[in-house]
Amino acid sequence: MTFSLKTVLLILFGLFSAALAPVVISSKFQLDVLTLIFFTAYIGQSWNILGGYAGQFSFGGVMFFGTGAYTSSILLTSFGVPPIIGIFAAIFMGAFLGLIVGYLSFRSGLRGSYFALITLAFAELLRVLANSVEFTGGGVGLFLTYAPGLHNLQFNSPTGFYYFSLVLLVISLAIAMWLERSRFGAQLVAIRENEDAAEALGIDTLKCKVYAIMIMGGMGGAAGTFYAQKYLYIDPPISYSIALSVEMLLVTIVGGMGTVFGPLVGSFFLHTVNEFARHFIDTPGVSLIVYGFILILIISFLPNGLVGLFRKKRKKKDDNDA
Amino acid sequence: MFLEVLSLFPAGIINGLMFGAIYALVALGLTLIYGVLHIINFAHGAMLMLAMYMAYFLFKILNIDPYVAILIVTPAGFVFGYTIYRWGIGKLSGGRDQNILLITLGLSIILENSALVFFTGDQQTISLAYSYEAFDLGFLYLSYPKVISFVASLAICLLLWMLMTLTDLGKAIRAVAKQREGARLVGIDVEHVFAVTFGIGVACLGAAGCMLLPIFYVDPYTGNIFVIVAFTIVVLGGMGSIVGALLGGFIIGITESVGGLILGESLGQVGISLIFILILIFRPTGIFGSKV
Repeated sequence: MTFSLKTVLLILFGLFSAALAPVVISSKFQLDVLTLIFFTAYIGQSWNILGGYAGQFSFGGVMFFGTGAYTSSILLTSFGVPPIIGIFAAIFMGAFLGLIVGYLSFRSGLRGSYFALITLAFAELLRVLANSVEFTGGGVGLFLTYAPGLHNLQFNSPTGFYYFSLVLLVISLAIAMWLERSRFGAQLVAIRENEDAAEALGIDTLKCKVYAIMIMGGMGGAAGTFYAQKYLYIDPPISYSIALSVEMLLVTIVGGMGTVFGPLVGSFFLHTVNEFARHFIDTPGVSLIVYGFILILIISFLPNGLVGLFRKKRKKKDDNDA
Repeated sequence: MFLEVLSLFPAGIINGLMFGAIYALVALGLTLIYGVLHIINFAHGAMLMLAMYMAYFLFKILNIDPYVAILIVTPAGFVFGYTIYRWGIGKLSGGRDQNILLITLGLSIILENSALVFFTGDQQTISLAYSYEAFDLGFLYLSYPKVISFVASLAICLLLWMLMTLTDLGKAIRAVAKQREGARLVGIDVEHVFAVTFGIGVACLGAAGCMLLPIFYVDPYTGNIFVIVAFTIVVLGGMGSIVGALLGGFIIGITESVGGLILGESLGQVGISLIFILILIFRPTGIFGSKV
């Protein structure tokens, strides 16, 4: 893997300022917003792996999040397994769910809208199941006790959760950077651009897509543990909410699909819009109306997202220089 | 215990048929739009929700009976659908089908949250003078609203079928569905036909919304409940098949009501998502794979 000096410096600068942010920002609220931005960017990146790079849009990405949240929480409440181990179980279960869902749907040749809808149905199925069986706590949900400590992945200040989300974010960015430079990533892009041609070139498209959804699943699983340990309560509507499925695709599409920083840019942008909208009209739903318009506009006029806008301009500038 | 449940079966089946007819109407709009335009309208549920609100306000403010309101909400649905396709979705679409799915997703977010802002998140129900009157079938009381909805849904399905088979417009729609370039060559205004089809699809929702209101509730998220149901019916009946949508509606209605009897209210809902997944995996062309 080679990076240009400029890229390395930019990355170091970004990491440095992100690490120092809690020192500069004293407001708990602002730190919480940043944590949320990083978390959304992280889960958006999980969607980006399969949706952005491999071109397989899912409408039920929340299923991995919910399954991960339940995995580590049940391990903790019923078996006393500390979440620092539980998070790996959550990653495993998320990836395993990805294997099942991916294998079943991709093997039957589901593409495009059909794949999007079947993932939605899987998420709904899991939500109803989690609501009906005993060991998830059913509709009552699961309450976790508050006991700060690294082994519990709980912290007694927003700073702890901030760093937790930052670690997740950095890992997700590293995965995306690796994808952009690896053979596997190139295979995913080939599938996105023309699946039949990729197949003809000898790419095992089924295997690649299943691997991609497994990565997405593992990442989603860890996100579930993060959420459960931060908010200390999960129930079926939270764990398998359509809203989160939509949010992860929204930040990615707005920021730029199939790019390393798209989900982060989208997450920053949409959360800023959200804060602004809330500042002017504090009625629930207003910012979502704006999100809906932004989604439609981006899909129609900026298929490469905000990152694409930046790139286009830079390219024009380069052309002018030359 | 088992016999007890079994004795409830006829009641479950008839109840399922009643709901199934309305489901069919919702699915009919979706399947028609898919069959002709080859797009999946994810905002279908949100549009149904709007129709239910319109019927609700017509009842609350002007005291118009929801079954009479069909005559107002259905044309309104057509105008809304035509407009939003002709000057909205149709202009912005083009390219991959996922993009249209996402645009209609954006539309559903806008519609749902506009409803939340303007109508609040409270569940609204209405009660009609005859809400609690029922036919006594011996083993089952069938409330008037359910029976009226059932009959009216079937009548509208029949009307739609006649429109598609007997009129010139129906012929044009079928021509566009089969061969859009060919249809353009013989002088059919394809864009107009697309918008009309979209309008008819939404008009079905207008009628369905009026019929659902007396036997259900409406809040900004009501549509979500019906989206998966409608998609399930559509893939079950075969994307684009009118007869398939009708039969699929009945199958799903009965599955839901009988499944609820056997598995209990909450687990009963598993049936629909499960059928959807199984059909997509094993028989994506649906059981009755005929086209419009």
